[in-house]
Amino acid sequence: MNLLGKRYLFFALSFIVIVPGLIVLFTGGLPLSIDFTGGSLLEVTFEGATPQPAEVLAVYEEANIRDPQVQTTETGGVIIRSEFLDNEKRDALLTSMNAAFGETTVQRFDSVGPSIGEQVTSRAAMAVGVSSLLVVLFIAWSFRGIKGAYRYGISAILAMLHDVALIFSVTALGGVFFGWEIDSLFLTALLTVIGFSMQDSIVVFDRIRENSSALRRLDYETLVNHSIVQTLQRSINTQLMTVEFLLLALAFFGGVTLRQFVIVLLVGLMSGTYSSIFIAAPVLVVWEKKEWKNWFGRNKATV
Amino acid sequence: MIKNQNTRLLIIAILIAFALWIDLSDTLFLSNPVNGAVIYERNVKPQLGLDLRGGLQVLLEADLPEDADISSDSMEVARSVIENRTNALGVSENVVQIAGDRRIVGEFPGLEDTEGVISVIQQTGLLEFVDVGATFLEAGTFIETDYGLSEEPVVEEGAEAPTVYHTVMTGGALKDVGVISDNFGAMQIAFELTDEGSDVFAEHTSANIGMNLAIVLDKQVISAPRIQSAITGGSGVITGQFDSESANAFAVQLRYGSLPIPLKIVESRIIGPTLGEDSLQRSLQAGVIGIIIVILFMAIYYRLPGIAADISIIFYAILAYAIFKWIGVTLTLPGIAGFMLSTGSALDANILVFERLKEELRKGRSLKQAFDMAWSRALPSIRDSNAAVLITSIILFWFGSAFGASIVKGFALTLALGVLISLFSSLYITRTLLAVALDKIKVTNFPRWFGI
Repeated sequence: MNLLGKRYLFFALSFIVIVPGLIVLFTGGLPLSIDFTGGSLLEVTFEGATPQPAEVLAVYEEANIRDPQVQTTETGGVIIRSEFLDNEKRDALLTSMNAAFGETTVQRFDSVGPSIGEQVTSRAAMAVGVSSLLVVLFIAWSFRGIKGAYRYGISAILAMLHDVALIFSVTALGGVFFGWEIDSLFLTALLTVIGFSMQDSIVVFDRIRENSSALRRLDYETLVNHSIVQTLQRSINTQLMTVEFLLLALAFFGGVTLRQFVIVLLVGLMSGTYSSIFIAAPVLVVWEKKEWKNWFGRNKATV
Repeated sequence: MIKNQNTRLLIIAILIAFALWIDLSDTLFLSNPVNGAVIYERNVKPQLGLDLRGGLQVLLEADLPEDADISSDSMEVARSVIENRTNALGVSENVVQIAGDRRIVGEFPGLEDTEGVISVIQQTGLLEFVDVGATFLEAGTFIETDYGLSEEPVVEEGAEAPTVYHTVMTGGALKDVGVISDNFGAMQIAFELTDEGSDVFAEHTSANIGMNLAIVLDKQVISAPRIQSAITGGSGVITGQFDSESANAFAVQLRYGSLPIPLKIVESRIIGPTLGEDSLQRSLQAGVIGIIIVILFMAIYYRLPGIAADISIIFYAILAYAIFKWIGVTLTLPGIAGFMLSTGSALDANILVFERLKEELRKGRSLKQAFDMAWSRALPSIRDSNAAVLITSIILFWFGSAFGASIVKGFALTLALGVLISLFSSLYITRTLLAVALDKIKVTNFPRWFGI
């Protein structure tokens, strides 16, 4: 099985999948939740009939609360996002909602101060940065015995960036179609995907490491291809186990609260396995052969 | 293969027995059979997170400039003051923790009265005993006192100067406060003063019998009892129109009045109980379905080793749950997800080994050789790949702790612990079980037993 021969085809495929979401992301902006921007989110259900969004908006305007946005839920409740609410404001708001719509039950109320939101964002970026850096260092250290150890680290990071781009892209699309947001749970999913993306790449790299001493005489491309094929069964089966079975079960049967989280994880972990085979390992070969010298030159046949 | 099979089996059996004991009980209890003395006791009731049972979470931040130096001691005092105040409300199982340098996170599970908790937390609580002379002040009146006043208040021309009352002493002079009821069932607040406080109090009360002494919290009168007699013994009672609830609330205010640093609420979250319950049910159901499919798949695809792996996965779950209960991991939805992912990790390690085992057998190696090689060759990739996951989960845990984001923290903790336990399960338990099985069964037909 020659998987590596078609490497530019796989690069193109990833490109096609990732780019539309990224375009949405850059044109529409990140759908950041109040975890990062600060603000409040109130989810309520009603004893009686669910009021029209306009009626709810009227209550907010009465209370002089800035930029409220109303969204109705599947269960007949209402989610309202607005500026940061302190305790008095919230109580006053609930009292007037009770008066306007009858018995109102709070299902969820989140209120995040603007300063906290900012700090969460910067720390989150730092958490992602620090963990990627540590993992690159770890891989470089772990592969120190073979030629170009740092290449393995950087290829793993490229594959990881591929996965990260993909889940951002999926979330951006989900934001457009299902009102998904980038919240602290998304961050959790993101970091998990990073961890497992590395795990997948390392498994493939480990085979290359092992083969590079045993099968020294093979040329690099054949060696890498051979290693991919050898680990393919494991990759598919582990993928089936973790992603397909466990996460699909959670996605289908788990509560609504977790759905976005699970789908992002599912896509991310699947992409993690895909990228370890079709991005991380091919990048090593591209690097070894210095193929970029041909990218804009005569030899266009491979593109 | 492996030599000391019996010892290994014994170790596994003892571990599983212990784990089951923890899994199946709410408290661990050991007493000395001779004299009945308690040797060991530990509460291992499973703790459910706010997202699973509903409740309130608040994040408080020191209301001081960014660069102000806040000592960890004063944070700790503030934390325990808040803990005491909220515990005194009768809220059970609440958790108040310091998050980072200047934040405190409070979690109050299964709570109905969220407003009560928030208002109790928000009191900055400067408690003063103020001499108001013969004036009677209604509870709720705001007054000016001379405590902490460095200069005369600026009074606008023409306006009447507000009365500034003299503060006799502050809440710092109180040693203990309790609620008692008199012979007729009326509630009273009993208090005890520090030595210094009792001198001041004795002097003031003997000189001002018949006058009113206002008890003022944050410049607002809570109560203004009349001094009926001189209080010289350093203890006394406050009588008034109390029912048991208001008496308790008053006692709490007196006891835990002062915070060493001002705090403000920067984040609050309320999760309704029904939302949580629904999620828990469904996620557990989903987990069970997922695990059953996985177990079937392993057994069908990998045959004998698959069954060994299945048993070891079940042991893994028993061990992991016991350890979570033992160290008191709060189970949240992402926590469950983290646990399921680490189950995936455990399976991955098994799959790596089994694929290797099949490969070596296909190359025509003997069973013993293939068995030993499978584990030793798969080890570096299992070790390195799990190390990468551990590194990420440590960073996540740090991130979650700094912001009191217990959801992120819970996920990171269960993932990290799960990965560690999964290593033990795949490298030790599966290996032992498979070696024992292969010894007993004397396999000759490889395709049939290994699914090659």
